[in-house]
Amino acid sequence: MSNIPADLKYTKSHEWVRTLANGDVEVGITDHAQGALGDLVFVDVPEAGKSLKVGDAFAVVESVKAASDVYAPIAGAVVEGNAALGDQPELINSEPYGAGWIARLTPSGALPGLLSAGEYQAHLEAEG
Amino acid sequence: MGRRTPLYDLHVELGARMVDFGGWDMPVNYGSQIEEHHAVRREAGVFDVSHMCVIDARGARVRDFLSRLLANDVARLTTPGKALYSCMLNEQGGVIDDLITYFLDESFFRIVVNAGTRDKDLAWMRPVAAQFGVELTERTDLAMLAVQGPRARQTVAELLPPEQRAAALALAVFQGRQLDPWFVARTGYTGEDGFEIVLPAGDAPRLWRDLNAHGVKSAGLGARDTLRLEAAMNLYGNDMDESQNPLESGLAWTVSFDDPARDFIGRKALEALKAAGLKKKLVALVLEDRGVLRGHQKVVTPAGEGEITSGTFSPSMEKSIALARVPRDTGATVQVDVRGKLLNARVVKAPFVRQGQVLVR
Repeated sequence: MSNIPADLKYTKSHEWVRTLANGDVEVGITDHAQGALGDLVFVDVPEAGKSLKVGDAFAVVESVKAASDVYAPIAGAVVEGNAALGDQPELINSEPYGAGWIARLTPSGALPGLLSAGEYQAHLEAEG
Repeated sequence: MGRRTPLYDLHVELGARMVDFGGWDMPVNYGSQIEEHHAVRREAGVFDVSHMCVIDARGARVRDFLSRLLANDVARLTTPGKALYSCMLNEQGGVIDDLITYFLDESFFRIVVNAGTRDKDLAWMRPVAAQFGVELTERTDLAMLAVQGPRARQTVAELLPPEQRAAALALAVFQGRQLDPWFVARTGYTGEDGFEIVLPAGDAPRLWRDLNAHGVKSAGLGARDTLRLEAAMNLYGNDMDESQNPLESGLAWTVSFDDPARDFIGRKALEALKAAGLKKKLVALVLEDRGVLRGHQKVVTPAGEGEITSGTFSPSMEKSIALARVPRDTGATVQVDVRGKLLNARVVKAPFVRQGQVLVR
């Protein structure tokens, strides 16, 4: 059973979103997503300043098995990509909601309707 | 739901992530695929390869049948138990499948073919077998485990009765032997030493647990793929198929033209291809830039375009490696279109890794 922290928001494409104290958001992929991908070996993180629309592919995570796009859960500008993933992509496997964060964004407007932990859990069950 | 091997329930119990592989529900990994990979390179791992199809071929003219059916020459098999790797070709020289055949006695050879091709293989083989009065039997009553790694043979031997232990350890490379109720062969698909064991389906789960208890790690198809690619072993359906011939698939060494009188299926087509001049070759690549090579990515060379046939991240080298079909005149470096970016790769001598040693720097 995958871990779904109650204090985060989620997308159907398996990203998570954490609102930080200064109003920026931190984005990563869920425990379910990292489990499905398997051992991560390469992450292409976005550069600071990049402007994103909801649904833009803004990062690539590659496991031994497959490459997968990571989609922007909100519109905004990239503040910072997680440089630590360059040398340690496996942080996404070990700490998907912590040290394995992928990018921090400054939202450009109101946050869109994201899933709660309970709704994401239901989505996973529906996906089978 | 796909087909299941006799070990399906055990895989689920061990927490395997199950995926569809050629119509079979198979374990891709039990935890970390990279740890499973390293276990095989450094210690020992066990794979369920029961989805592969064991076919027993019996008849007085079975050697003549295989001499016609296979591109490699079973005349090379003179010692009972000896194994031969070969392609089975169509009349156009395309690869129907790659397989291993074991010479057991003059009226009995055992053939092991790929899971995803078993039905078409049998459909191809049966009419040829009939011409030679050979009977083919699918051994669905058997399971097959591959135990691979530097500690694999010793560990398997410890699980055998004393009188069979010495016989198993005495097996030469690519040699098998019936050690009732097991058939044990010193073969594999990882670039490591080890055994492949064919045994009654009902005995397989207990052997698996015994191996685990002796420190042999459960390993899935994910690790099997990175191990075979580091060993630069072809995967059917990726690196060759019916649209490709073995001479342009890195498999010329498995085609025997030595006996001019041997009329194997596909020979005329291959001879015509050779006479006209081969256009392509399969090469091994190491990615110099950061990223991961994957199947079907485009390869760009001054001699023309090619294609990655298998690509992955090599856990032993911590770099991306690949096999690629490229123009015959390709030089020492190429570029690969990886998600819209042209990355630099180097052509290297295969294999990348053998018996725990990285051979490419």
